[in-house]
Amino acid sequence: MSENQNTTRRDALRKMIRSTGLFALGGLGWGAYVDKAKASELVLRPPGALAEQDFLNSCIKCGICVESCPYDTLIVAKPESHVPIGTPHFKPRAVPCYMCPDIPCAPPCPSGALDIDKLKKDGDETGDKLDINKSQMGLAVVDHESCIAFWGIQCDSCYRACPLMDEAISLKYERNERTGKHAFLKPVVNSKACTGCGLCEHACITEKAAIRILPRDLAMGKVGDHYIKGWDEEDEQRLQNIKDVKYQSTDEVPAEDYLNNWEDLIDE
Amino acid sequence: MSSLLRRNRFLIPRRIVQVSLLVVFVGANLSGWKVLQGNYSAAHVFESFYLADPYAVLQMLVAGFILNIDVIVGAVIILLIYGLLLGRGFCSWVCPMNIVSDLAHYVRRKTQMNRLDEKMPIKRDTRYWILVLSLVVSVFSGVAAFEFVSPVSMLHRGIVFGFGFGLAAVFMVFLFDVFVVRNGWCGYICPLGAFYSFIGKFSFIKVNHAKEDCTMCGNCFAVCPERQVLSIIDKQSGSIPNSECTNCGRCVEVCDDDALHFGKYTKLK
Ligand code: SF4
Ligand code: SF4
Ligand code: SF4
Ligand code: SF4
Repeated sequence: MSENQNTTRRDALRKMIRSTGLFALGGLGWGAYVDKAKASELVLRPPGALAEQDFLNSCIKCGICVESCPYDTLIVAKPESHVPIGTPHFKPRAVPCYMCPDIPCAPPCPSGALDIDKLKKDGDETGDKLDINKSQMGLAVVDHESCIAFWGIQCDSCYRACPLMDEAISLKYERNERTGKHAFLKPVVNSKACTGCGLCEHACITEKAAIRILPRDLAMGKVGDHYIKGWDEEDEQRLQNIKDVKYQSTDEVPAEDYLNNWEDLIDE
Repeated sequence: MSSLLRRNRFLIPRRIVQVSLLVVFVGANLSGWKVLQGNYSAAHVFESFYLADPYAVLQMLVAGFILNIDVIVGAVIILLIYGLLLGRGFCSWVCPMNIVSDLAHYVRRKTQMNRLDEKMPIKRDTRYWILVLSLVVSVFSGVAAFEFVSPVSMLHRGIVFGFGFGLAAVFMVFLFDVFVVRNGWCGYICPLGAFYSFIGKFSFIKVNHAKEDCTMCGNCFAVCPERQVLSIIDKQSGSIPNSECTNCGRCVEVCDDDALHFGKYTKLK
């Protein structure tokens, strides 16, 4: 083998290694970018949307839902929106979701990113009746400092704007100790009923809304299965979820039940 | 005049097809037309069935999501149309980026930027690597990777729903095509074009060459956006075997010796 052949062969090897390296470089850069671009905690999705990560994977970014919304509630994310590009979302302070009873936006979604199974009417056997009140786009959260009802000034704009008045938002009456003769009428949100439509945020009279819609994941905590409402039969069902319960070995000294058997503890 | 028409007998219908598709999509958003709603990623046709971008759907599938049957059927329809019939015709007859890249090509010709051509900084097969890479990144990130960066999508989405900074990405493609590489985006980088090249290998409609009529005038080489596919010119007769040909028909238009035609797929002789 001549010297020359040897170097061309080595160069071919170098080229191969270089290509692999460039491939890896591109993949890492691209992957890092996508990972950052899809991180979107603070975004409100259309009715029936899957959980955020599944939504991001399944939405093909066609905008059919956006076109179907008669109120122009839904908008397509632009590169500068800081929402994953091309995906539909809404900003309730600008335009809330008006809770169309016929839900024009979700059923035409071709990909399944908007899942009408999540909007099926309760107790409807045919299964093709939809109920917009089942949507969970977000959750209204009240800032007690800037809501003037918490100052004692009467407002109830959000309460009256809510399509589920007295279910999703109710007014809580409390005595105003400062004046001694007035009442607070404080808006309180029920997370079981609130759909996150944002009509309240849209209606709020403060400069920046004192009641705002947050993604449910962000707004809500989670108790876990080790606290159960023993007085609530439905809640007791959660006991079934507990799988790997570790029982304490009985070899150890048993806990002393001194509250019930206190007699034993008393020295004779 | 008639010779001008003749010399643009595919270019004119191509522009008409490209622009009217855009008009129909924009009309759906602005005026609620029900012909084609959505965009080139997925579209609702006459409110009865869907079409979808098979490359986007492929990325979503490898990213691990079971999509609705609607969008899968829509992608298969498109796959069959181009795979069996039109080859890479999407690129020259449908894709709105084609208008941008043809414009860039025009500017480049008028300003004679080609005179500055130095060593090619990039290879034709780079796009296939990008195609593979997009699938790899989709697997690991769990979302359709190219759809997060695609200037093609930013362009059609921008036209239908409003641009924002998406226009910058399109302008980058334009600048790249004018100042860096002739037909740089579509001819070297775009994985969507690479995808259609890949599936269009044995499509029915191809550009056919008749060697005996060719006078080797070089007109076709001057206009073709994918010159490497013309390697058979004056050497062999039959269909252009390289499916990177976009079926734009520019070469057919400019060939004064009737040595190039659209026809059905035939083997090289
Ligand atoms: S329910 Fe109506 S207002 Fe709300 S997003 Fe859907 S179409 Fe728009
Ligand atoms: S219709 Fe579905 S796939 Fe299309 S943009 Fe809306 S959510 Fe995404
Ligand atoms: S190569 Fe890409 S950008 Fe160019 S025409 Fe084809 S799909 Fe469109
Ligand atoms: S070979 Fe002809 S039809 Fe194919 S891309 Fe080139 S000019 Fe267009």
